[in-house]
Amino acid sequence: MAAAVANGCVDTSVVNSRNKEECNGKEKKLLNGKINNHRNGYLNSKNTSNGVNKSRLDEEGPRIIPKMDWSEYDTMRGSFEKCSLLTAVLTNLGLYILMFLGFVNQILFKPNVATEKNREGYAPLYDPFEQFFSRYVYRRVKHCFNRPICSAPGAEVILKERCSDDHNWTFRFTGSKRRCINLGSYNYLGFAEGEGGSTHADVAAATRHFGLAMCSSRAELGDTALHRELEHTTAKFLGVESAIVVGMGFATNTLALPGLLGPGALALSDANNHASLILGLRLARATVRVFRHNDVRHLEQLARAALAEGKWRKIVIVVEGVYSMEGSICPLAALVALKKRLGLQLYLDEAHSIGALGPRGRGVTDYAGVDPNDVDVLMGTFTKSFGAAGGYIAGSARLTAWVRAQGHAHTYAHAMAPAVAQQIVCAMRALDAPAGRARIAALRDNTHYFRNRLREMGVVTFGHHDSPVVPMLVYTFSKMAATVERLTDSGIAAVGVGFPATPLNQARIRFCLCASHSRAQLDACLAGVRRAAAELGLRYSRRA
Amino acid sequence: MILVDMFDMAGWWTLIVSLQVIIISAYYFWSKKKSKDDDPLSKGVPTNWKPLPIVEYDVAVEEPPLMGKIDENVLNVGATSFLCLHKEESIMNGALKALDKYGVGSCGPRGFYGTIDVHLDLEERLAKFLEVDETCVYSYGFSTIASAIPSYAKRRDIVFADECVWFAIQKGLDASRSTVRYFKHNNADDLENMLAEALSKKELNPRRRAFLVIESIYYNTGEMCPLKRLVQLARQYKLRILLDESLTIGVVGKYGRGITELLDIPRGEIDLIVGSLEHSFATVGGFCAGTNFIVEHQRLSGLGYCFSASLPPMLTQAAINALDIIEERPNIIEELNIVSKKLNGALSKLKYFRFRGDEISPIKHIYLNKEDLTDRLKHSYLRNIANYCLEKGVALAVAAYLRDVEVNCPEPSIRLAASRKLTDENISLICSLLDEAYEKVGPKPELQAI
Repeated sequence: MAAAVANGCVDTSVVNSRNKEECNGKEKKLLNGKINNHRNGYLNSKNTSNGVNKSRLDEEGPRIIPKMDWSEYDTMRGSFEKCSLLTAVLTNLGLYILMFLGFVNQILFKPNVATEKNREGYAPLYDPFEQFFSRYVYRRVKHCFNRPICSAPGAEVILKERCSDDHNWTFRFTGSKRRCINLGSYNYLGFAEGEGGSTHADVAAATRHFGLAMCSSRAELGDTALHRELEHTTAKFLGVESAIVVGMGFATNTLALPGLLGPGALALSDANNHASLILGLRLARATVRVFRHNDVRHLEQLARAALAEGKWRKIVIVVEGVYSMEGSICPLAALVALKKRLGLQLYLDEAHSIGALGPRGRGVTDYAGVDPNDVDVLMGTFTKSFGAAGGYIAGSARLTAWVRAQGHAHTYAHAMAPAVAQQIVCAMRALDAPAGRARIAALRDNTHYFRNRLREMGVVTFGHHDSPVVPMLVYTFSKMAATVERLTDSGIAAVGVGFPATPLNQARIRFCLCASHSRAQLDACLAGVRRAAAELGLRYSRRA
Repeated sequence: MILVDMFDMAGWWTLIVSLQVIIISAYYFWSKKKSKDDDPLSKGVPTNWKPLPIVEYDVAVEEPPLMGKIDENVLNVGATSFLCLHKEESIMNGALKALDKYGVGSCGPRGFYGTIDVHLDLEERLAKFLEVDETCVYSYGFSTIASAIPSYAKRRDIVFADECVWFAIQKGLDASRSTVRYFKHNNADDLENMLAEALSKKELNPRRRAFLVIESIYYNTGEMCPLKRLVQLARQYKLRILLDESLTIGVVGKYGRGITELLDIPRGEIDLIVGSLEHSFATVGGFCAGTNFIVEHQRLSGLGYCFSASLPPMLTQAAINALDIIEERPNIIEELNIVSKKLNGALSKLKYFRFRGDEISPIKHIYLNKEDLTDRLKHSYLRNIANYCLEKGVALAVAAYLRDVEVNCPEPSIRLAASRKLTDENISLICSLLDEAYEKVGPKPELQAI
C-alpha cells in the first residue's frame, strides 16, 4: 500500500497502479538488450481488445449497452491535492489586492506605449480587462517569462541576464550571462544538444543535400526522399501503418482536425486540452463537450448521453497523453475499452508523451500496454523528446491518405525543413539502440527521484508518478515570481506558469526533467527548491 | 407616512424577488436531478445508433513529384525562392554554424526558455529593415496570419476581406468567429458600396472593431491590391488594415521593403504587416510587424506564437543572413523585378494559355485557354502538363487547393514563381515547353483533383 499512500488516493486503482510499477519499473533490466519489462500481452495484443471481448456494435438492430465496470481499469486521474481553505482564501485575497493596486496604478499612470497614434474615433482595439491584466498585473512578473538564452537548451542552459529600469515596461541586457541547470525546456531525452551533438553530422549533411527549406508545400514541389523516409520511420517507430508529418507541432492539430471532423461530429474533449486542440476543433466546426480532466466516469456519462441522442455522425474522444500543465497521464487502457464498447473514435495527442513514456519510448500506448492500432488517430510532436520541430499524424494508411487529401497542411503549409526532418530520423534511430534505451531509463529514473524528493520536502506536486512534467503548486501569482527569481539565483532555470494558462489561484512552477541530468545536478536543483520553499513557505502538502 | 410607503414598496419587491428565487431554484434542482439520472442506455432503452469510422471512405491522393534540393537538376519555377537565396553559400554556412552552437530544435515556446538570442536578433533586424517599432517572429508561415487575425478580431467584430485571399487568411477569419464580408477581388468600388451599406445599417459603429484584411500581392492570383485607394477607404470608414505582405517583402520596393515602399505609403497607415520568411528569405517561419501597441499584444495572445515551439535557431540564423544579403545588395531586388516583367512579356505570347499576374509580381498564374472543361479536368490536364515538363527538366507547380474547403476556389492553374536567376533562355524554354506539352498530353478524367 505504499503506492496508495504516495499517490494520495486509496481506491481500486491502487492495485493496478502497483502492478504497473512492478511491470514497468524494473529499470536496470532494460540494458541487457531484451525488451522484457513492459506489460505482458502487449506484443500479442493485435487482436484482443483490452478486456472487451466483442463489440456489441457488431450486432444488428437495437441493442442495450451496459455501463463500464471501472474497477477493472487503472482510472487514476493523477494526484491533485487540494489546498487548505486558508490558502485558497489568501490566494484570492492576494489576487484582489494585486488587481486593486493595478487599478489604482492605471488611474494614476498612463504609459506612452498604451496610446495609439492616428486612430482617433476607432473602436478600441483591445478588450479593457485584457489590457488591464497584461499591463498592470502580468507586467509585474514579466521578467519571469520570455527569458532569452544563448545556448542550446540542453541539460544546462546559459541565460542572458537582463534588467529593467522602468518596472518591467522595457528590458535591457546587462551583458552578463548565467549558467543554469535547465528544468524548463521540453528536452526529455536530451537530444537538444549543442556542441558535439550526436546527430549534427547527419543533419549538416542532409542540409547540404536538400537545402535549408523547400519553399513549397508538400503537395506541390516540397516532397523529398527525406520526408518520405521520415514518415516511414515515424510509422515504424509507432508501430502503425503510416504517418504524415507537418512542419510545426501546433499546426499539426489545427490543420489536421478540420479535415478529420466536420459539422455533425461531436468531440468529447478533456478540460485541460492544449490550445491547439481547442483551436483545431473550433476550425473543424465540430460540436465540443468538455469532460472533467482525466475523469473517465464523467466521459462515459457524456458519451452515453450523446449516444442516446443518436444524431451525431461520429463521436470522437480528444485527449492528450501527458498534460503539460498538470503533469498527469491519460488512463489510456480505460479510454480504449470505453471507446470500443460504445463505438467511439479516439484522437490522442502525444505531444509530451512520445519518446518520454513507456519502456521503449513509444509514448502512452507503450506505457499503458495498448496496441497503437487501437487508437484511431495518433498525433504527436517532434519538438519535445526528439529535439527538433514539427508534428505527425499516424494511424492506418486510410487515415493518413485522408489527412493528406482533406487536412490543410499537406496542401498549403510549406514542407518541413530538411535539417529538422533529418534530426528526427536520427533521434528515432538512436532510440532503438541500447544507448537510446538507456536515455529512456535515465529519464524515468530522474523523474522518480525528483518527484520522490519533492514529495519528501512537503511541497504539493500534481500529476502521475511517471510523468516527466512535474508541476509544483505555489498558488499565488507573486509567490510564483518570487520562486522563479530565487531558483534563478541558485542557478536553476524553471518555468513559472500562472493565469491565463492555469486557473487564477493555481499558479505553479513547472519542472521538465531530462535524461541527461546527472544526479548531482538534480540534487543541486532540489537544494535550490528546498531553500526557496523554506523561505517562501511553499510546503503546502498536508499528506503524512 | 413615509415609513409605511417604504414598507409597502419593500413588501412588494420582496414578494417578487422571493418568488423568482423560488421558481429559479426549483427549476435548477429539478433540471439537475433529471440530467444526473438521465441515462436511457442503461434504463433498457435500446439504441440504434451506429458510429461512422473516422475515415468514411478511401481517398486517392495525388502523388507529388519527388524533389531534391531546389533547382539542383531541374529548372525549378515552382518553389517560391524568388531571390535565389537558397543558393547562397554564406547562408548555409551561417546556418550550420548555428546548428553546432544551438542544436536543431529550441525545445520550448518563446515564453519558456525558447527565446534564443538569434530570435531577438532577427526581430530587431527585421524591425530596422522594415522601419517599424517592433516585429515578432512565428515558427511557421501558415500559422503567422492565421494566428494574427484572431488575436485582434473577435466574435462581435466585422471583417472585410478580399474574396481571393489565400487559405491561411480564410482559416484566420474562421478562427476569429467575426462577421466576414468578402468583396470582389481588387475591387475598391465594391468595397466602398459594402462599407456604405454597412454604415447605413449601423453595422459599422464606433463600438465595433472593423478590419480590412488584404494581401499586397495575392498568392492566388498574382495581382497587386490597389493599396492607396484601400487605405483611403479604411481611413474614411475607420477600418484597421491587416496586410499580408508575404509575397512583397524582399521582392518589391527599392530596398525590398514591400508594397508600402513601392507605393510610398507611410507605414503607420497599415496597422499590421504580416510577412513570411518562406518565400524570398528561403527559410521557414513568418513575422508580424507594426507599432509596439499592436505587436506587443501578439506575444500574449497570438496562439501560434504563445503555444508553439519557437523557430529552430539554425533557420532563424539563415533568415538573419538572408537579411544581410538583401541589405547589402539591394540590386538583387531590381534583378528580380526585371525578370518578373520579362516573364509577363513572354507569357502573353503563349498560344494555349491565359495568365494572370501583375507586371512586378513574382507569382504568375497560368490558366488553360479552354472554357469547356470542368475544374477537375482542367486540374488533371495541368497536372499532366506539369509532369511532361518535369520530364523535360522544368519543375512547375500546379496550384494545390482544397476545392471543397476554399471560400471561393480559384480556377486550376500552374503557379509560376519568378526568380532572380532566370535567364532569357530559361523563360523562352518554359514558354515553348508549355505550348508543346499542351499539344502532347490530354486530361485524364480518372485523376482526382486535390
